[in-house]
Amino acid sequence: MKDVAVVGVGITEFGEKWNSSFREIFLNAGIQALEDAGVKGEDIDEAYIGNMSAGRFIAQEHVSALIADYAGLSEMNVPATRVEAACASGGLALRQGFLSVASGVQDTVVVGGVEKMTDVQSEQSVEILAAASDREWEAFYGATFPGLYALIANRHIHKYGTTRDQIAQVAVKNHYNATMNPKAQFQNKITKEMVKNATKVADPLTLFDSSPITDGAAAVVLVPAEKAHQYTDNPVYITGSGQASDTISIHDRNDITTIESTKAAAQTAYKMANKDQSDIDVAEVHDCFTIAEILAIEDLGFCEKGKGGKMVEEGITELDGKLPINPSGGLKACGHPVGATGIKQAVEITNHLRGEAGERQVEADVGLCHNVGGSGGTATVHILSREEQK
Amino acid sequence: MNIPRFWRKINNRYNLMGTKCENCGQTYFPPRNICPNCRREGEIVEHSFEDEIGELITYTIIRSAAEDHEKETPYILGIIELEENTRLTSQIVNCEIEDVEIGMKLKPVFRKLGEQSKDGLLFYGVKFSPIGKEE
Ligand SMILES: [Zn+2]
Repeated sequence: MKDVAVVGVGITEFGEKWNSSFREIFLNAGIQALEDAGVKGEDIDEAYIGNMSAGRFIAQEHVSALIADYAGLSEMNVPATRVEAACASGGLALRQGFLSVASGVQDTVVVGGVEKMTDVQSEQSVEILAAASDREWEAFYGATFPGLYALIANRHIHKYGTTRDQIAQVAVKNHYNATMNPKAQFQNKITKEMVKNATKVADPLTLFDSSPITDGAAAVVLVPAEKAHQYTDNPVYITGSGQASDTISIHDRNDITTIESTKAAAQTAYKMANKDQSDIDVAEVHDCFTIAEILAIEDLGFCEKGKGGKMVEEGITELDGKLPINPSGGLKACGHPVGATGIKQAVEITNHLRGEAGERQVEADVGLCHNVGGSGGTATVHILSREEQK
Repeated sequence: MNIPRFWRKINNRYNLMGTKCENCGQTYFPPRNICPNCRREGEIVEHSFEDEIGELITYTIIRSAAEDHEKETPYILGIIELEENTRLTSQIVNCEIEDVEIGMKLKPVFRKLGEQSKDGLLFYGVKFSPIGKEE
């Protein structure tokens, strides 16, 4: 297996992009990544695109061909593949690109993620996102996506004594980080009181516990590590990649407060990278809802099960803490264009490892990206490093 | 949800008909045709949960719903354990929002499940009620 390097990154501003179409949003990120890498269209061997539901959001399927076409790649017949696993579509696309280069089959692979969510009404988007759960046995009975995470939150509170303030603190931290991210959807500070008193969505979660509806895209360029210095003096290496499944419905899990797919994907990625959780300096984790960040830091092994709320409360996960989590502002404040999120995480971690993260820069040699589909049916974990894997 | 899609699971939805693996004894609701414990060695038969008493494992109050359930908000959504490790997601009725609590005992009741506003279709199935309040 070849080692794989990230040599270019690109990301759009995240938010409500009324004036930009799906294809324009994607191209904006893709072109930035190619320019950053200094890669020309002729050099591209293959493309993978993470996208959850263009079919429902903009009534467009076959988006891989659409994107290849408008990127000028169909002239050269470059293969392009759409990858879908709900909100983990981006993480899966990254893994497909990684495997493609690592296998030696392709040399230069562009991996992107994109979602255009604001062309539908908000009730419709609630319905579309609920398709990430089991339509027949969860959504049909009235479960919404926030509702599923609320079921997990109440069980976590019941079982471990996690407090409402600890859960709200996740949103406060992530909003603070986003004040330093010019690409973030929300660049304003909030307080715990604001989180707790916001419009209730699914008790105990409010609107401010929830990631927003977002348009946006992100892209990275991957090449074999041995060729990375042809493109950049500052390559970042993907040293570990893991993907795993759990039951699609949370009612089928022996422990409703654990996402086994996260645990399994993390173990695979740590093992491949020859690292463990203590080696991670910074992480982007999947905080689609505040409680999800608490589950993530537990299931990735950063603390004992049930102690995630305490870890947040103690400030360990803040930007100047021992283990900064979601320096971008996370899904909560940077925004969550579902198919793009997994790639955005890789862009963010790459920027930190290169020392190019601006005001929110943290000191880091090794970073982790954690992307979850639905309520945990799929998870991916990638480990990025300044040092090539030896 | 269109009519054929609803209709083909109507025995499961109306009568809480699940399945059981005769090889390991594990029961399943929603029904499964493959036992995750035994896979191809499993022996799947029908198993009714109609007379089971359930226990509430966790709950939430849905304040903002998708279109088909909008008229019902706010409503209590819960995960109910029917037998050990056999759980389903449904709504809790005959219970005030402030009275719902983890661990409460519940009985299945037949109720309207949702309404497709577009063409006025009504769907029925099983929700859960606190014992003694199922009327
Ligand atoms: Zn079995």
